[in-house]
Amino acid sequence: MTSKSPRRTGLMLTGGFLAFAVSPTMTTGAAAQELIVGFIAPMTGPFAQVGKDMVNGFEMYAGQVKGDFAGAKIKFILEDDQARPPTAVLKAEKLIRQDKVHLVVGGVLASEGYALAPISTREKVVYIPSVPASDDLTQRDAAKYPYVVRTGWSSSQPTHPFGEWACEQGYKRIVAIAADYAFGYESVGGFQKTFEECGGKIIQKIWPPLNAIDFGPYIPTIKQDADAIFTLMVGPMSLQFPKQLAAAGNKKPVIGGGTSYDEFTLPSMGAEVIGHVSALQYSAALDTPKNAAFVKAYRAKYGKVPSYFSETNYTTAQMIHEVMKQTRGKWPGADEFVKLLASVKVDAVRGPVSLDDMRNPVQNIYIKKVEKKKMFGYDKEELWNTVIKTYPNVSQFWKYDKETFLSQPVYSRDFPPCKFCE
Amino acid sequence: MSSRSKSIVVIGVLLAVGLIAPHTNAFGVLLITRAMVLAVLAMSLDLLLGFTGLPSLGQAAYLGIGAYLTAILATKYSFGLGWSFWLVVVLGTSIGAATAAIFGLLAIRATGVYFLMITLALGQCVWGLAYRWNSVTGGDNGINLPGRPEFGIRLADDVTYFYVVFCFFVASLAMLYVLVQSPFGRSLEGIREREVRMRILGYNTWLHKYIAFIIAGAFGGLAGVLWAHANGHVSPEDLVLTTSVDALLMVVLGGSGTLMGGAIGAGVVVFLREYLSTLVPWWQYALGGVYILVILYLPGGLMSIPVRIRQWRTGGRLPMRKPLRWRRI
Repeated sequence: MTSKSPRRTGLMLTGGFLAFAVSPTMTTGAAAQELIVGFIAPMTGPFAQVGKDMVNGFEMYAGQVKGDFAGAKIKFILEDDQARPPTAVLKAEKLIRQDKVHLVVGGVLASEGYALAPISTREKVVYIPSVPASDDLTQRDAAKYPYVVRTGWSSSQPTHPFGEWACEQGYKRIVAIAADYAFGYESVGGFQKTFEECGGKIIQKIWPPLNAIDFGPYIPTIKQDADAIFTLMVGPMSLQFPKQLAAAGNKKPVIGGGTSYDEFTLPSMGAEVIGHVSALQYSAALDTPKNAAFVKAYRAKYGKVPSYFSETNYTTAQMIHEVMKQTRGKWPGADEFVKLLASVKVDAVRGPVSLDDMRNPVQNIYIKKVEKKKMFGYDKEELWNTVIKTYPNVSQFWKYDKETFLSQPVYSRDFPPCKFCE
Repeated sequence: MSSRSKSIVVIGVLLAVGLIAPHTNAFGVLLITRAMVLAVLAMSLDLLLGFTGLPSLGQAAYLGIGAYLTAILATKYSFGLGWSFWLVVVLGTSIGAATAAIFGLLAIRATGVYFLMITLALGQCVWGLAYRWNSVTGGDNGINLPGRPEFGIRLADDVTYFYVVFCFFVASLAMLYVLVQSPFGRSLEGIREREVRMRILGYNTWLHKYIAFIIAGAFGGLAGVLWAHANGHVSPEDLVLTTSVDALLMVVLGGSGTLMGGAIGAGVVVFLREYLSTLVPWWQYALGGVYILVILYLPGGLMSIPVRIRQWRTGGRLPMRKPLRWRRI
């Protein structure tokens, strides 16, 4: 080999890095009347469906107001995080450094919320976790993250009332089976706390890993003398679990976290989920004129029923709009924006939403049952999450005193301890 | 080619990168820093794959151990945020080596596909530990680092941190280069080509492979320390199987048995995955296409392009080069 060829390699390499160097030069400062929203959602991977619903929700609101937030033109920059915390971190850095966004919105998993919040503090950029429900973002760590304002929910918020509801049904002994990560622990933890306080017993906890699709090793271990099964599944898990549970011959009532019965999975589900009950701050079958209009418009535009992922981002856009109305379309700066957003009260699709002093929504929690029926004048029988009970204005602290609640550790795999586990 | 002209090219490229990188935008520096860290990991794997003929699918484990050590020391003991950063570097490297020393006892007895499977399993064990050992690793939530170290110079500044990583990268490259050029490195290549013959010649091939495995683990641990501070966040997602596969693909993409190949592969993969993905939605096809094209038409990796061009120019046969090892696996 002559010495010519390596030189060529060198040239090519330099060329490659030059491309690196030259291409990201489109950085622009924000125009005065422009609101740049960096949106992080999974577009690929197992959570791609969730990501689509999220983007649809936000875009639908922006479309309805023609991208005009009280005079500020909205610029929407979407980044794919594949629902992986390290990718989400990198994409947030990109949005903040290169695109100079005013707001970072999104992320899906609770772990992503915990990973993204410190960046908002470090870079002094507003972060709105519209989906990540990690309790501590607005509880024990809220002081650490002054730029985080939540428009979605905290994991244990719906399961607190749900525990009491389970007592009212006369359930005494319940087995919990939930995805093995923060969102699972916190949802189960909230349920266990209130359920055991009104006399129930959690007799077993099973933790299949996140994104498990074969529940064969877990289902047979479920204690046969339980009154009911509490499940918390996310994304593709929620489709597989009820099927395999039914195939194993389960006759026990199944109740669960809201994400086990997301509207985008219902069309692919069958009779096995009819009668299952879950709790969440939104149901597409919510019988209010506002929601009926939302579902119809959404379905006409995207060809499917909106899930809570769509609604929460729709409402997020609405809340951002409310703030911009107050500032007449001018960007007020991150600190001021947080203050304004935290005091916004909206009549959202899901019901009235306001924020508590730790910047988490106070909102209705709906107990809903999967039923096959006709809804909103559609002529086909479909599965809907029919609302059977409403707990109005539920805060993340439920009926507890804030200080007392915060003095207990965050719900985890070991807290509350499983006193009645057999 | 003479090794002298080769070195001149490499030094030229390194200088160019070192000079150009800070002038990209704030996000570009971050990406190049990440690529450099992954390049250290890829080069450590190349020592096994390219020089010793051991295809490891568990290299992310060492990255993970180094990264978690850094994060745990920083958050639980506030250690490694000042001058002690250098101690953490040493500790991270040592723990990578120590882990490899344990894993090596189990893995080195196997070769080929079996080696692949054992390293894969060991890598998954470490992942499982990171995912399940909540009290120490924070489980799926991972660990947020309090910030980068500061000792007179502030590493929080991205350009400064880039230069630190750059120096580590250059040092790793130099050390590994010296290593593979040494008699020890030559015997590794001998083992790769024909282990039985080396054994007949009186070499303790097991020990050679074991030492190479430990050295690779050490550099993996080093990459982990740098990785933790580059991201400011450590998560079990950092050491999933995908990261190990990525490292393997980087080496194959760039050209195994070349050291620089792994670095180039790391650059290409980071560029396609992290940068192209911010521009176009079809980046996955681009990444997949590059992998397929390289494996089909450039089994020697991107580093073999000059040879290919020469071959095409002269219309002649390939000059005698090492056989394409990848096929043997």
